[in-house]
Amino acid sequence: MKTVHPLPDAASVVPVRQPLISVDKLTVDMPLGRSGSSVRIVDGVDFTIGVGERVALVGESGSGKSLTARALMRLDRLAKLSGRVDFDGTDLLKLSDRDMGKLRGSSIAMVFQDPMSFLDPLMTIGDQVAETLRIRGIGKAEARKRALAVLDELGVDRAAERLDAYPHEFSGGMRQRVVLAMALVGEPRLLIADEPTTALDVRVQDQVLDLLDDVSTRRGLAVLFITHDLGVVAGFAERVMVMYSGRIVEDGEVASVFAKPSHPYTQGLIKAVPRIDQDLNTLYAIPGAPPPPLARPSGCPFHPRCDQRFDRCGVDLPALQPVGMSRVACHLLDGKGA
Amino acid sequence: MLMSIDSISKSYNAFPNPPAKVLHDVTLNVDTGEAIGLVGESGSGKSTIAKCMLALIKPEEGAITYDGIDVIHARGEDLRRFRREVQMVFQDPYGSLNPRMTVEELIGEGLLIHKLEPTAAARRARVAEMMEMVGLNPNDMDRYTRSFSGGQRQRIAIARALVIRPRILVCDEPVAALDVSVQAQVINLLQDMQKKLNLAIVFVAHDLAVVRHLCEKIVVLHKGKVVEQGTREQIFDNPQMPYTQSLLAAVPVPDPVVGRARRAARRLETAN
Ligand SMILES: Nc1ncnc2c1ncn2[C@@H]1O[C@H](COP(=O)(O)OP(=O)(O)OP(=O)(O)O)[C@@H](O)[C@H]1O
Ligand SMILES: Nc1ncnc2c1ncn2[C@@H]1O[C@H](COP(=O)(O)OP(=O)(O)OP(=O)(O)O)[C@@H](O)[C@H]1O
Ligand code: SF4
Ligand SMILES: [Mg+2]
Ligand SMILES: [Mg+2]
Repeated sequence: MKTVHPLPDAASVVPVRQPLISVDKLTVDMPLGRSGSSVRIVDGVDFTIGVGERVALVGESGSGKSLTARALMRLDRLAKLSGRVDFDGTDLLKLSDRDMGKLRGSSIAMVFQDPMSFLDPLMTIGDQVAETLRIRGIGKAEARKRALAVLDELGVDRAAERLDAYPHEFSGGMRQRVVLAMALVGEPRLLIADEPTTALDVRVQDQVLDLLDDVSTRRGLAVLFITHDLGVVAGFAERVMVMYSGRIVEDGEVASVFAKPSHPYTQGLIKAVPRIDQDLNTLYAIPGAPPPPLARPSGCPFHPRCDQRFDRCGVDLPALQPVGMSRVACHLLDGKGA
Repeated sequence: MLMSIDSISKSYNAFPNPPAKVLHDVTLNVDTGEAIGLVGESGSGKSTIAKCMLALIKPEEGAITYDGIDVIHARGEDLRRFRREVQMVFQDPYGSLNPRMTVEELIGEGLLIHKLEPTAAARRARVAEMMEMVGLNPNDMDRYTRSFSGGQRQRIAIARALVIRPRILVCDEPVAALDVSVQAQVINLLQDMQKKLNLAIVFVAHDLAVVRHLCEKIVVLHKGKVVEQGTREQIFDNPQMPYTQSLLAAVPVPDPVVGRARRAARRLETAN
């Protein structure tokens, strides 16, 4: 059979990547007080992140973004996890606590929204950045040398002098660089960044994004970037996954999702963001509010707010299915798959 | 002019260091029915100005005048009228509402304090009317705020401020804690109230796209000084000061083509 190779145009070139992490039917249950019962927060999530790929995870507050990310690193002791998380051929959910501990920081690292709560105010910057390496048995001098190299790479000026400084001597943006250095010093292959720029003002946010962009390109580092700022997604990520009420409802290339969102929730989100570069008219607002996990509606969890719902929506839960190059969980798209 | 802020300066005590001056000679005016945005990076003094406008703190220098009242020295009936006509809404819809009060008590509190409706029945009617106006269901009047979402709580906070018919509403980051879809509901509500009630709104926010949407007049602050002020068109289409330009250039645009192109262009600039 003869295959046709059309000339690639910029929009249709999709790099095929080696998968780095594959998540399959991941669920996260959290205990409800001391009653012994629990509530399902993450409700069957599947996705893959390729080597060096930059993926954004967006969705409203409480949709389960952080708990999904934390589950990949098994950070919540109380969380009951099920499903599979394959990283480089091993199922992370089956690793012993000890092996998982070794993997944190060396293969997968995470940065959080608030750098100050993550830094120890009584420890010097140099010691904190080197700590990951020290835990792995690397000698003091070598660890310090590598810490310095990372701080340098991240644009902390006079890094050598500042190794002995304390966190309070740094501005917000600089602290976020230090936290990033702590994450990167172990040379992870996947960085999970949970709202790393939300607490920063626009100009500092922009610097941190440029930095992440450079580092991930230079190191071939995959990034899972959690945010609710669609502007940040547009400028940084290659792919975007949209989460609603504990499930992924749309997953696709950033350019195509923004140009033509398929899921009614994604459509609403994109329309609801005021833009600095467009005419002013009344903002579109999705009516209602996201459901709490304990009162998730039947059928499609978005149906009480959806202006395109029809009879099936209140009854059947739509599965995440391929639609063209994307995946979408909506009954409107049934049968329109590839 | 409804309120004028004339060359105010404000310092905070920073013991054992000498007091730190955080506002330098700030001047701005608020006209009836206009929405004015205060923007600037974190620490530039936006909240400090908002607090001065509400007479929650006093500047050491300068004057604030509201409709003939000298706000800094106001007492008695003048102060009461000021407190009634200038209201506020804060960022945190969780911390600012007393969890032991029902929605009716929360929204009706101002009517009671300012003795605006003599009977409980009349207060209840005003609360119901206000709830409807901000998109809440009056049947929820007897509930506590615990069970409301962030967006609903912010509506309660707005209803609480508006029920006594203020002429100025000062909002400090009122949508910062809200989700995108809910944020749009609250911005639309504020815009709607501004038109319906001829309300002046002073809107403090980091998010310049939101400010552009709501405010006809913009004041740009940097390190406690007003570096530029003007109409929406002047500031967003033709900013004069490099600081304003840098703030605008950093706003992320939710469009992959535009966003990438802007960042690439900026990098070229910094590389050269
Ligand atoms: N330790 C916990 N125990 C019980 N429930 C929790 C716990 N942590 C989070 N939750 C609940 O799980 C849901 C999802 O939380 P998660 O932090 O993953 O949301 P998110 O999408 O990251 O939201 P945000 O944008 O606000 O960070 C929320 O309803 C939250 O209240
Ligand atoms: N109660 C206080 N005591 C001492 N210093 C204060 C106090 N409140 C604010 N400051 C300082 O005054 C300056 C201006 O603060 P302000 O809160 O007005 O800034 P802002 O523009 O509202 O910032 P943000 O965007 O972070 O809310 C900052 O340097 C801040 O640290
Ligand atoms: S499945 Fe139905 S309710 Fe859900 S998003 Fe699609 S159309 Fe709307
Ligand atoms: Mg989160
Ligand atoms: Mg403030």
